[in-house]
Amino acid sequence: MSVGMMVSQLAGGMFVSIQIFVITLIFSLPLGMIVAFGRMSRNGLIQGIVKVYISVMRGTPLMLQLMVVYFGPYYLFGIKITNSYRLWAAFIGFVINYAAYFAEIYRSGIQSMPAGQYEAARLLGYGKAQTFFKIILPQVIKRILPSVTNEVITLVKDTSLAFSISVLEMFAIAKALASSQTSLIPFVAAGIFYYVFNLVVAVGMEYAEKKLAYYQ
Amino acid sequence: MKLLEMNHVKKSFDGVSVIRDISLSVEEGEIVSVIGPSGSGKSTLLRCATMLEAMDSGELIYLGEKAAWSDEAGKMSYAPKKDLKRIQEYYGLVFQNFNLFPHFSVMKNITDAPISVQKRDKEEVYRTARELLVKMGLEDKEHAYPCQLSGGQCQRVAIARALALNPKILFFDEPTSALDPELTGEVLKVIKSLADLDIAMVIVTHEMAFARDISHRVIFMADGVIVEEGTPNLVFASDNERTRSFLGRYGEMLK
Repeated sequence: MSVGMMVSQLAGGMFVSIQIFVITLIFSLPLGMIVAFGRMSRNGLIQGIVKVYISVMRGTPLMLQLMVVYFGPYYLFGIKITNSYRLWAAFIGFVINYAAYFAEIYRSGIQSMPAGQYEAARLLGYGKAQTFFKIILPQVIKRILPSVTNEVITLVKDTSLAFSISVLEMFAIAKALASSQTSLIPFVAAGIFYYVFNLVVAVGMEYAEKKLAYYQ
Repeated sequence: MKLLEMNHVKKSFDGVSVIRDISLSVEEGEIVSVIGPSGSGKSTLLRCATMLEAMDSGELIYLGEKAAWSDEAGKMSYAPKKDLKRIQEYYGLVFQNFNLFPHFSVMKNITDAPISVQKRDKEEVYRTARELLVKMGLEDKEHAYPCQLSGGQCQRVAIARALALNPKILFFDEPTSALDPELTGEVLKVIKSLADLDIAMVIVTHEMAFARDISHRVIFMADGVIVEEGTPNLVFASDNERTRSFLGRYGEMLK
């Protein structure tokens, strides 16, 4: 098999990897905010449930979580697993896992805000929603950006874990090609792909940090 | 008319009584200074008056409208939300550490609440804001961010921000405690210049000369009660032992 053919096969996998990456971010970033509010809720029951959820998500391997999401419906409810569910299982697994991590990042950011900001907003008559979206959230985003960058870079590499439920993403294809062609080239290509992908992420996040550097 | 009335206000934190039965009132246009040792409950009093802190018992009335009251059984009640929202517009507060919004420019710090909370006309708000900046001596700082300003400039922006909402009464919680003597001077000068705006002011301060010069009335607080109140001349020349010991050398100088 020519190198060109390998690369074109890998390209299909890249598309799936990027899909997992994008879908995970689109859903886990907002979902993480909701989870963070649950974690900070004054309602003990909600707080307790969310605490357990975060603890399980952080305390068990993502690979195992993906398998539970994929095989769970069959073993628990006897639902027949279809082929098209595979990718969905990956999306769901990644989103609920990353939402837990993002939630803790949001919480750390929100709790680091000085009480004075809330008090000033209250004295000026801002409502709760206005205070959060206009005063608190923009400052929280600036504070947590470095931690979010970390998490997003990890996500790029974590997409390769989808291979454990046989999603044909970049890494699964590279592995298959490497053994069928007894060649290292697919692994080298995969390495370059992840590295360049993360370089783009890092440059993008650095740009965002610079954009927010106009105040302290 | 009385702008503010506080009757028999009590407040304790974790069983420690910080305010024990304080009553005070402020007339329209009146300037009242609150002095006293640290921990005497001055700041807590302001925080109760501005509803940043819930009182344990007592009565809080703005312009005759009851904001909070306690019944005979000692149960504390606050007015319904929509009434509180209106009552809140009667007063403003200038914090010790400014609490400006760091991600907003000076102009936005001043204009955002009038526009997005009070829903006033943008042009009118910007005009008012520019006039206030001139009054504060900050007309060239409109586009600056708080991190680019000195502490004294920040505090002047915070004063402009509070004034932009057209309060009838403005509270100052040790407005110069975070500033060095030079910056303190410029902020005190600005506060003095507000005397002709016909806004009532309640100023918690450790600047004795300032309190004496600007106030119509001085309140001396210690251990959660008002020990003495009256005209500056009266309080600063007081024979009360507690007052004398607090004013110490400063009181001697005046005699």
